[in-house]
Amino acid sequence: MAMKDTKGLETQVATNEIKIAAKNVQVFYGDTHAIKNVSVDIEDKTVTAFIGPSGCGKSTFLRCLNRMNDTIDICRIEGDILLEGEDIYDRKVDPVQLRARVGMVFQKPNPFPKSIYDNVAYGPRIHGMARNKAELDAIVEKSLRRAALWGEVKDRLSSPGTGLSGGQQQRLCIARAVATEPEVLLMDEPCSALDPIATFQVEELIDELSKNFSVVIVTHSMQQAARVSQKTAFFHLGELVEFGETEQIFTSPVDPRTESYITGRIG
Amino acid sequence: MANQNMSKIKRKSLFDADEHTKRRNAAEKRFRWYGIGAISVGLLFLAVLATSIIREGAPAFTQTVVSVEFTLTQEQFDHAEKQLFKTKAYEGHLVSAMVSRLAERNLKVAIDGKVLERLLGKTGATLREFYRANPDQLGNLVKFDLTASSRVDGYFKGRVTRETLQDSRFLMLSDLDVVDALANAGIIKQAFNWNFITGTDSGVDNPGGAGIGASVVGSFFMMLVVLSLSLPIGVAASIYLEEFAPQNWFTDLIEVNISNLAAVPSIVFGILGLAVFIQFMHLPQSAPLVGGLVLTLMTLPTIIISTRAALKAVPPSIRDAALGVGASKMQSVFHHVLPLAMPGILTGTIIGLAQALGETAPLLLIGMVGFVARGYPDGLVAGFADPNSAMPAQIYTWAARADSSFYEKAWGGIIILLAFLLTMNIIAIILRRKFERRW
Repeated sequence: MAMKDTKGLETQVATNEIKIAAKNVQVFYGDTHAIKNVSVDIEDKTVTAFIGPSGCGKSTFLRCLNRMNDTIDICRIEGDILLEGEDIYDRKVDPVQLRARVGMVFQKPNPFPKSIYDNVAYGPRIHGMARNKAELDAIVEKSLRRAALWGEVKDRLSSPGTGLSGGQQQRLCIARAVATEPEVLLMDEPCSALDPIATFQVEELIDELSKNFSVVIVTHSMQQAARVSQKTAFFHLGELVEFGETEQIFTSPVDPRTESYITGRIG
Repeated sequence: MANQNMSKIKRKSLFDADEHTKRRNAAEKRFRWYGIGAISVGLLFLAVLATSIIREGAPAFTQTVVSVEFTLTQEQFDHAEKQLFKTKAYEGHLVSAMVSRLAERNLKVAIDGKVLERLLGKTGATLREFYRANPDQLGNLVKFDLTASSRVDGYFKGRVTRETLQDSRFLMLSDLDVVDALANAGIIKQAFNWNFITGTDSGVDNPGGAGIGASVVGSFFMMLVVLSLSLPIGVAASIYLEEFAPQNWFTDLIEVNISNLAAVPSIVFGILGLAVFIQFMHLPQSAPLVGGLVLTLMTLPTIIISTRAALKAVPPSIRDAALGVGASKMQSVFHHVLPLAMPGILTGTIIGLAQALGETAPLLLIGMVGFVARGYPDGLVAGFADPNSAMPAQIYTWAARADSSFYEKAWGGIIILLAFLLTMNIIAIILRRKFERRW
């Protein structure tokens, strides 16, 4: 990583193993064909950005990756999504176990109406990750440090998480998500409810997190995708139009639709 | 034309409102007055209701008593026990005690056994029972508080006046002179009627002795049954329907039926309870257990509907958050959704219970109008299974009786019932405040 040039980055990206492999994924909401034949490989220790206009299916696809769509009755999914070679939609897979490995951060900060400590400790508690209070304290501190929130809240861990500012709440949600040590972190427009300063903090955080996790981020902002991601996927009307290195997508897109979107002519 | 209009509009000043705005403002003002009017009418009704209940019901909490102190010696006791009409002899001693008390104050009225009976009912038996039970009190000065008859009580409370009284075997006009004299001497007076709150129902000829206590106990045991059955069943059913059940025609059918059940008249539940619990299952008649079961059926839809509304009001983002960190469906419901829905659930439950507490019609059908004259049920099992009455049923029974003193008791019973309902509502508000959290 000493070499900061593009070439060095590319080789580093190329050597990363594939964490999630999606093949020919189709999603139907009732009669609506929401995702059409999407195949994407998501690499480990990489930030992958999903961009595209509203309603293009990028959030829907993201929610397929940890089976959050299971909660919607009319949603039907076809195709294969493999996490380290294992089909996550296999009948034997318990979505609860899957979600412990594939964490999620949502568009709107949604801390539990509990204390900051309990927010972060909830995941480790239900998964039995800590044997005693000291271990749990250590996990909470580590997670809050990872989310760059420790310094701001260490003196008021018992105050309610809902009392924090919007940006702090979102970082609390990130701390909560990383507390269970997931392998993949899914972020559904994590900055859309934040101001520019909080956005900057979260983006820095994403960069930091990608050293340990595979991060998939859905974003409306092309600048954000360009800033934080190494790989970018452009969705349009439920189709995956183009997928590749972020630099290549933004500088020399292959598909004319990608170019139109990036230059602001559609979307 | 368009240009002309344009110029017209341009010339209008912001300071004077145009016709359209004026009409709109007038309509808004009118609507506000409608609202204030509606609320005033409601408040007026409430005020009328409250004052009439208190005015009519307050006398039930006082009772006219005759308090006499006198000493019965061993010889007098032995003598009385040898008589053919023993109670008459005791009454004689009471009369002479009263006469001597009156004489001390230079009040001369004629009292005999007949007058005494009209004023106090048959008192001899009471006295005799007391001395047979406490022979050591013979020779001591003992104070007796004896309840006056319903008509004497009515005379003090304005129900009976000299003008309206007609001589009868119940009360003669001349008796009122005696009453006045006794009142002057401080022998007859008004006292707080604890018996009304703690006592049991009395026979139709003794309204003074009637109390609501036993039916309060009956209502209490019934509410225990309702709470312990309807809360767990109702909450479990709502959680299943709201969080777990698939959306299909069958669950839709259940939903529609629950809404319909909430609107079914309570008397229908009563006849259902009569047929199922008493005629088919042979559960004891008039028992709080059966009353509780019937009221549970009635309360369940209310609890289910309010619990589902409370669960629906929990933002879905909380469920997402819990599922997102790998909580199971049940964990997300029990750790996060249910605590947030708790204030709504509790409010709904207490409203349902309050409704059940005031319900009369189904209780009449299953015979929850048991006449309890012998005291409280002894023990928990007896409390559930022994015949009893409930507050609203007791009030109904009193209101249906001929003696106008019972009418006063019915109003008094309503005050007690309302006190319970008010307490429950206050508890609901406190719980709501306590559990309410913001997100």
